[in-house]
Amino acid sequence: MARVPRIWGLHAAPSRSLAIALGLILFLLVIAVYLVAVQHLHAENPSYKILPTPAQMAAAIERMAFTPDRRSGDYLLWADTLASLGRIAAGVSLAAVIGLLLGLNMGVFPGLRAILGPGLNFFAMIPPLAVLPILFIIAGIDEAAKIALICIGIFPIIARDILLAVDQIPRQQMTKALTLGASQFAVAYRILLPQIMPRLIDSVRLALGAAWLFLIAAEAIAATEGLGYRIFLVRRYLAMDVIIPYVLWITLLGFTAEWLLTRLNRWLYPWYAQAGR
Amino acid sequence: MVRASGAVSPQRPGDDYRLHLADVHKGYDERPVLECIDLAVRAGEICTLVGPSGSGKSTLLRLILGEEQPTRGRVSVDGQEVGFPSPERGIVFQRYSLYPHLRVLENLLLGRVLAEPWWRRHRVMREHHDEAMDYLERVRMADHAGKFPHQLSGGMQQRVAIAQSMILRPRILLMDEPFGALDPDTREDLQLFLLELWESWHMTLFFVTHDLEEALFMGTRILVLSQYWTDDRGDHHEIRRGARLVADHALTPVANAAQVKGDPRFRELMESIRRLGFDPGHLQRVDAFNLAHPDAFATGNQATADQPLADASRTQVVDSGGRS
Repeated sequence: MARVPRIWGLHAAPSRSLAIALGLILFLLVIAVYLVAVQHLHAENPSYKILPTPAQMAAAIERMAFTPDRRSGDYLLWADTLASLGRIAAGVSLAAVIGLLLGLNMGVFPGLRAILGPGLNFFAMIPPLAVLPILFIIAGIDEAAKIALICIGIFPIIARDILLAVDQIPRQQMTKALTLGASQFAVAYRILLPQIMPRLIDSVRLALGAAWLFLIAAEAIAATEGLGYRIFLVRRYLAMDVIIPYVLWITLLGFTAEWLLTRLNRWLYPWYAQAGR
Repeated sequence: MVRASGAVSPQRPGDDYRLHLADVHKGYDERPVLECIDLAVRAGEICTLVGPSGSGKSTLLRLILGEEQPTRGRVSVDGQEVGFPSPERGIVFQRYSLYPHLRVLENLLLGRVLAEPWWRRHRVMREHHDEAMDYLERVRMADHAGKFPHQLSGGMQQRVAIAQSMILRPRILLMDEPFGALDPDTREDLQLFLLELWESWHMTLFFVTHDLEEALFMGTRILVLSQYWTDDRGDHHEIRRGARLVADHALTPVANAAQVKGDPRFRELMESIRRLGFDPGHLQRVDAFNLAHPDAFATGNQATADQPLADASRTQVVDSGGRS
């Protein structure tokens, strides 16, 4: 009888607890390296700013998150978070709706696909950041431009992914629905739409990374609050003690959003993971 | 081509038949797939269609279903010309007949739910619950009403798919290799099961299969579609011919599938069909087709216009009459 290896090789079968422990190694390693480096550098030069000590970062977090700002009276971290999350939620929702409607209808109605397909493929190739100035000129430097940038940046990705998903649904399903009395619109919106929903959530989940990119970029250029705005603001003072916690916080937000969407999908559409295998 | 409703229309020859195809041709670009398909099927029959691979069995089924339109000719159900897929023609495919996001009960009642606006779907489900459970009882799936299709075996999925189509009582149920993806035991089980349903529901079935034994066992009538035939145009390779119905027989009922293999009459018929329909080396002449079924007919066409069906060839291999 062959012994199943625990970690190494093709046949390895790490247990659940071992897998968690293995996953932690990288995090601990990075933290350890950082701490050693900080210790070393600060021993040589106590006013070294590029790698702040944990204590400095804790003080910065205390200042940003739990002390009202002297000028505005806001708790800056929370105000920034709220502003950024609002923008990203608006932009992504808008992109999801547009992408879903485009992809679904293009997938079901060949004429619509012929009309919109080449345009969409062309549009998808425009680098969204390159049109940011145009957006600022047209929509002003308010919220509209940032939301528009996120939306323009990711709706083509979602639309094309949804179109792909509709194409993968067997033709027989549409025919069968017609023989069960479905109208053309019922085929699209009552048969295919419910099947596409989990794919939409997946698609949005994968597009979130790009959405954050566009958000931070837009905030860096023109904003008065927001996580990206803050990072680029304090950069002028080399305030790494603020930047690093902010970056970690953004990462945590993205990670949580992704985890929630995965959960939501499994909860709402239990058939999705199994069906079609 | 669609007949105006309410208009008095002259009686056509196919009006007495459940399914009627007159002079149906189908081709893609220059390549003919089906030629001169003439077919009349009475209500209550199980019409099986066999043929070698590439003979266009599925194309013929898609023409009847309305997924594709004939390049020439007319397909009608109960005298009404048919177009795109619609509820009077039910369909059970080999796979993908059930919707993966709907539970068995929801799949079954989809036809009922689709008849109402979507916001009334829950009420429709409640109102038809008893009816649905009755159908599930009949297809022996009552214990699985709450499951998703991926939780069912292939045979169970097909049983639900049959009930899903039958709940709307289509005039004719089309089946495209419905048991083709099943293992032999399940397959035999479902063949018998379908025959039981056919008897109790008085269905009209059009059953496409590549399995000759299955076709002989299941059918009250067997049609053989084949591209291996010849006519006065000769046998050159440049002459492209679409498949035609080269044999058409009434079948007597048999008690079980094994009998199909054992019965000498069936063996003889099977061998004749193998030779005439499935052997590329044996090109039968167009005027020698064995269209023995009493409903067989031929519309005028170039190949056979001046040559009526040879009476001598209309020998009945198996005596006519249904499975009554």
